[in-house]
Amino acid sequence: MSNHNHQDTASVTTGVNDASEGMSYLDGGIRKLIHVYLPLSIIMVVLIFPFYWMVLTSIKPDAQLINMDKFNPFWVVEPTFKHIQKLLFESEYPRWLWNTMYVSVVATALSLFASVFAAYALVRIRFKGAELVGAMIFLAYLVPPSILFIPLATIIQAYGLFDSPMALILVYPTILIPFSTWLLMGYFKTIPYELEECALIDGATRLQILVKIILPLAVPGLISASIFSLTLCWNEFIYALTFLSSTQNKTVPVAIVSEFVDGDIYRWGSLMAGALVGSLPLVILYSFFVEHYVSAMTGAVKE
Amino acid sequence: MAHNAVGRPQASFQRTERSLMQRLSNDRNWLGAAFMLPAAVILIMFLAYPLGKGVWLSFTDAKIGRDGVFIGLENYEWLSDDKIFWLSVFNTLFYTVIASVIKFLVGLYLALLLNEKLPFKSLIRSIVLIPFVVPTVLSAIAFWWIYDSQFSIISWSLKNMGLITENIDFLGSPDNARLSLIFANIWRGVPFIAITLLAGLQTVSPSLYEAATLDGATRWQNFRFVTFPLLTPIIAVVMTFSVLFTFTDFQLVWAMTRGGPVNATHLMATLGYQRAILAGNLGEGAAISTAMIPFLLFAIMVSWFGLQRRKWQQGGSDE
Repeated sequence: MSNHNHQDTASVTTGVNDASEGMSYLDGGIRKLIHVYLPLSIIMVVLIFPFYWMVLTSIKPDAQLINMDKFNPFWVVEPTFKHIQKLLFESEYPRWLWNTMYVSVVATALSLFASVFAAYALVRIRFKGAELVGAMIFLAYLVPPSILFIPLATIIQAYGLFDSPMALILVYPTILIPFSTWLLMGYFKTIPYELEECALIDGATRLQILVKIILPLAVPGLISASIFSLTLCWNEFIYALTFLSSTQNKTVPVAIVSEFVDGDIYRWGSLMAGALVGSLPLVILYSFFVEHYVSAMTGAVKE
Repeated sequence: MAHNAVGRPQASFQRTERSLMQRLSNDRNWLGAAFMLPAAVILIMFLAYPLGKGVWLSFTDAKIGRDGVFIGLENYEWLSDDKIFWLSVFNTLFYTVIASVIKFLVGLYLALLLNEKLPFKSLIRSIVLIPFVVPTVLSAIAFWWIYDSQFSIISWSLKNMGLITENIDFLGSPDNARLSLIFANIWRGVPFIAITLLAGLQTVSPSLYEAATLDGATRWQNFRFVTFPLLTPIIAVVMTFSVLFTFTDFQLVWAMTRGGPVNATHLMATLGYQRAILAGNLGEGAAISTAMIPFLLFAIMVSWFGLQRRKWQQGGSDE
């Protein structure tokens, strides 16, 4: 089922739900409090706590970090931006942040380009063997990086790409293309074929149809695919850890794990600041595109 | 079909101008191949080829900087006598089974909770997804701090409540370390499962519940005989993904324990990294990775049957 259809069904469902108050009058206030709000709040607190703790630690002065009996650890008095400042101006953090963004954006763009053509070919050109290729792309989505990084390390070495952002830019699409293609196929299927037929009769080429008719109509799908791809790249760890060695080339996740760990008991402030600053761009991006993000996540599974 | 109909009149008027390009662009198969090319090149070079090469490497004694020679099953024979390898297999299965079961139960429960009528529903849903959005390694670092042997907030709270007297050494003893990692994995995995199952729940028509309730079904029967069967296909797919990614997990463990203490938390992926990349024994590491493939195939088979069942349920028309 496509995302569009799904959203429609969902809204219809809610509509019906609203009309059928007959069912929910059975839910008394107290029952709902105990059976819904209480467990929900507990789960929410657990889910949000590590992030809260990350934020709190990164703005806590060192003295409060290690003296938990004198200061209530769940709150902060006299918050400081010292850790974040140190991170941004006295370490190579901005450089790592830049590397992460650069690799993520370029790999996402490359994957989106490849996926748009692949998805269009699979859904609309329907060449011989399209179904088989579609199934293989789905299987490619199921091949995890954990079993590929060892042979890939030798291949990257052989191509002379070791310790270069290029290695990641070329390898990340293997994660992103199967996902994006699958997602975009769902969006393309919802576009009426008649539109294309009209264009074909008017003499448009397939490429013109794709660029001028299909893509403008599939913008939500393109946004979903790019947001999710960016997140996956940003998140990626094992390839970045294996293929990059010099400090200035590292991405944020790898640098945090390898460059910050010096055994100092005061390191927590800067570590948490590093984790926070590394997460914020994604969290901000996410907060603007929650719906696209959710439809990417559920779409990839539901197709 | 429409295509040929368009092509023919064109041909009769402009036969002389038809170049090779035009003929190719009117052929479905050529055009399809051209459109597939960018994706195919990347996937073949950096996915299919390494997959094959990994299997090949596992039969060689390759080291970093040295191409290996074929040594047959020696790597596997060596691993079959290696206690650490078997420990990592045990850990991986333990980690996957426990984490997946709990993730599924909590995820389904959370999805059902979110499917109730709630104020600020979309805000709550956005918050629930945050663990999934924050990069895994960065949240692992936050857990590392939460699990700190001296300044753990959990130890502190439990001590202040008078439940324990000594700090808990979360990552220092084998059992604690395993459970702590599993908890972090569950924390990260629950939102994905909950939100995808919620999407599935929202497609279940409320009239089915009304009909069941009129027939005297209890809440549990409503869930057991209406919700669950309708949700089975999506559960199959979601759990396949979840099992797959849990089984091949690397980041959480590497960021928090690096397989320690004394190899107690090594998963197959982290052991493979240690042997292949840090110790340089590419062949042996590749053998560990290759040993993961049968498990993955098993998971994919389950997914396949899940999808088949879904098509059948929808009358075979919708993809």
